[in-house]
Amino acid sequence: MVNIIVNGTPHQVDVEDETPLLWVLREEIGLTGTKFGCGIAQCGACTVHVNGQAVRSCSVPVKTVAGKQITTIEGLSPNSTHPVQQAWLTEQVPQCGYCQSGQIMATVAFLKTNPNPSDADIDANLTNICRCGTYERLRRAVHRAAALMRA
Amino acid sequence: MTIHTTLSRRQFVVSTLTAAGGFALGVGTTPVEAASLSVRPWNDDTTHYPGEINAWVVIQPDDTVIIRYGRAEMGQGSFTALPQIVAEELECDWAFVKPEYASANRNFRENKVYGTLATGGSRAVRETGVIVQQAGASARERLIAAAAKRWNVPTAECEAAMSKITHKPSGRSFRFGELAAEAAAIKLDKEPALKRPDQYKFIGRRLARLDIPLKINGSAKYGIDLEVPGMVRAAVMKCPVFGGTLKSADESKIASRRGFMQVVKLKDAVAVVADRTYRAQAALKALPIEWEVGAAGTTNSAQFRKAYLDALDQKGADARHDGDVDAALAKAAKVIEATYDVPIIAHAPMEPLNAIAHVQADRVDVWVGTQNADQALTFAAQASGMKPENVYVHNTFVGGGFGRRLGPDEVAQAVAISKAVGKPVKLVWTREEEIRQGRYRTQAAIRFKAGFAADGTAIALEMRNSAGAANPAGVKDGIDPQTLQGLINAAYQLPNYRVISMLKNTHVPLGPWRAPGHSQNAFFMESFIDEMAHAAGKDPVQLRRELLAHRPDFQQVLDVLVEKGDWGTPLPAGRGRGIAITEAYDSIVGMIVEVTVKNGQVKADRVVIACDCGTVVNPRGVEMQLEGGMIYGLSAALFGNITIKDGRVEQGNFDTYPVVRFKDAPKTEVYISPTPGKRWGGVGEPGATVIQPAVTNAIFAATGRRLRSLPVVGQDLNGAV
Repeated sequence: MVNIIVNGTPHQVDVEDETPLLWVLREEIGLTGTKFGCGIAQCGACTVHVNGQAVRSCSVPVKTVAGKQITTIEGLSPNSTHPVQQAWLTEQVPQCGYCQSGQIMATVAFLKTNPNPSDADIDANLTNICRCGTYERLRRAVHRAAALMRA
Repeated sequence: MTIHTTLSRRQFVVSTLTAAGGFALGVGTTPVEAASLSVRPWNDDTTHYPGEINAWVVIQPDDTVIIRYGRAEMGQGSFTALPQIVAEELECDWAFVKPEYASANRNFRENKVYGTLATGGSRAVRETGVIVQQAGASARERLIAAAAKRWNVPTAECEAAMSKITHKPSGRSFRFGELAAEAAAIKLDKEPALKRPDQYKFIGRRLARLDIPLKINGSAKYGIDLEVPGMVRAAVMKCPVFGGTLKSADESKIASRRGFMQVVKLKDAVAVVADRTYRAQAALKALPIEWEVGAAGTTNSAQFRKAYLDALDQKGADARHDGDVDAALAKAAKVIEATYDVPIIAHAPMEPLNAIAHVQADRVDVWVGTQNADQALTFAAQASGMKPENVYVHNTFVGGGFGRRLGPDEVAQAVAISKAVGKPVKLVWTREEEIRQGRYRTQAAIRFKAGFAADGTAIALEMRNSAGAANPAGVKDGIDPQTLQGLINAAYQLPNYRVISMLKNTHVPLGPWRAPGHSQNAFFMESFIDEMAHAAGKDPVQLRRELLAHRPDFQQVLDVLVEKGDWGTPLPAGRGRGIAITEAYDSIVGMIVEVTVKNGQVKADRVVIACDCGTVVNPRGVEMQLEGGMIYGLSAALFGNITIKDGRVEQGNFDTYPVVRFKDAPKTEVYISPTPGKRWGGVGEPGATVIQPAVTNAIFAATGRRLRSLPVVGQDLNGAV
């Protein structure tokens, strides 16, 4: 049994300690907005926040996040009102959309540490993969989100 | 939010584990005037509604307009673009529009009423556009006829606008929803004429994509996200040597693991079934497996590369021969020759392949995000032994396709596993399985010869090409038109032009890779055209202009590129600019790329894209596809390399099969400059083609080093050759 807090709600899950957080979220708690992409923390599709920091949940054993605050895309905001989500909507970023939960979660955490990033900062710090190739729009949306959050 | 679509029994039984994935998400994010998509955009009900005016358009009493979408949405945006075309003719209020997937089962039962559901060849708008435009016009005219009948007035006095029919002289009106059932029963003497492009109000608008509100909050349902009551989960491994078979799998070694249910042995694969995906994946890793690999188990990439290059010396089949190339080369003042080749590459869509299958006594259900619901239905019927009319494929949002999901191998496996366990099964491939069990872009090699007259005019071009056929059924007389796309139909005009084909397949399974044929052939052709320009002492744009003198549409795209891409302006040392242009899927796409080469490393700094795709349905949709296609091709150019050792793929994940990330992605500008009155060109694929030679041409400009193989990474870029 592991106790975790997801989007503010405590859950007790009966899984092996080493179970990746990703699969606990998807298959034990039923939050499927967090995606399985690679399983080895390469692509970032599974990015969630643990105590506000971005982690790649496919490679985080659930035991290590017991008692910590976990936020998934579903818990980011009610009705998609977070400035990062709004920027994504305005810039029309997603194509297939499968990586975008992870892109958004990575960006939210990144903007906390760098509220006014340059393109070079974005390129150096955001490493999630998008196979549809939305990087140009992603960059624009990151800048827009940063501006919204500073305003 | 009201749910307008009629929910069938099947939809009710597909449950989510929590309310998080429910219909309510997305409220408040969609502008009020916008149409909307469900997070589960399929409707399994195959009955005809009273308000079904034709197979494409249903109008419900509350004015909801259900528009059937006969392709897949894998990110290319045509779930918005095709309804946009329908709405243009239907004259409905966009706010009432709710597109949904066309039913694959119905498509089978009703003799392809939706045409092909396969989503490839950049065909969604290009081919289905005019069909649904007619369906929209037809529905509108029948609504007008129904209203005119009720009022007993001539139809010419009635007008459709914003989901109402108005009798102009009296000002009376009916809502579409009041007329739909009657309109459905009306037969038109003849189909109405379509609007002229100058009458378009809706086509050409930069409308927001309907799927995007569902893709910023995790609510959009992909195949991998669905749950069916009583479902078990499976992981699979197919013989890593293509064509091999399963010899043994020692179930006893994993039998005591938590959640383990059973091992299912297929002819060429083994699956572990468990209560959870991660337990199935972990158990499969621990399962001792032996394979029968046969002779293919000794092969490797170096052998294959040599075989494709050696094939260039064999006698081939003439796929095209204009003039007399041998005679022209014999009398040419100058002849140049060069050999190019590319390795196999994988698709690597973000969502690993997956499917849920439920085989029952009287029907088979499959939930899958597929590019090819028709083929998924066929595969499910074959794997289950069920008649196709009793197979129901429920297509979901698709987490990337790029051609990989045209051949739904995962569906056949999921159905076979469900049949074996007697329960609904969700099968999820690992990334490693996806990379190692691809339907790859073919390995290919080509040898060009070009001849010039004494004045530098190009008079002959010969190419000998060896490549595999992804679709053996398409081969005729040793020629596969698909694998020769971009060579046999290149726009360049030379009096003597010859394409010789040496088809060569190995045990590596091939498939369409975004812009099949065009993808590697654009690299070949546009690199060699660059070589020809330098050999003739001409600017690369100038030679292209000469060889395309008969094509004003190409000239116009080149004009845009030259201006916007700053062609001819100086760059600092270590930087270079490359150009490439092609015609694919009825669109002309050109790119200019600026690269920096530093310490042997390449960075694409800036890409300018120009496109003539004819009629533009949604300009932003076109821009997004060209941007994304460019990045997809850039990954292939810079990094794409699947290698074979002992008959099997060596790579397995994004650590060994790198793709473009933020740091590799250039600043991108797109300029759409359509030629008026032209056909509707496809834009999903062309972007993935010319980026590849544009990058290597830019590397040549920066370094003097001509790259005749891909990928770029790993090649020596220090200093000129």
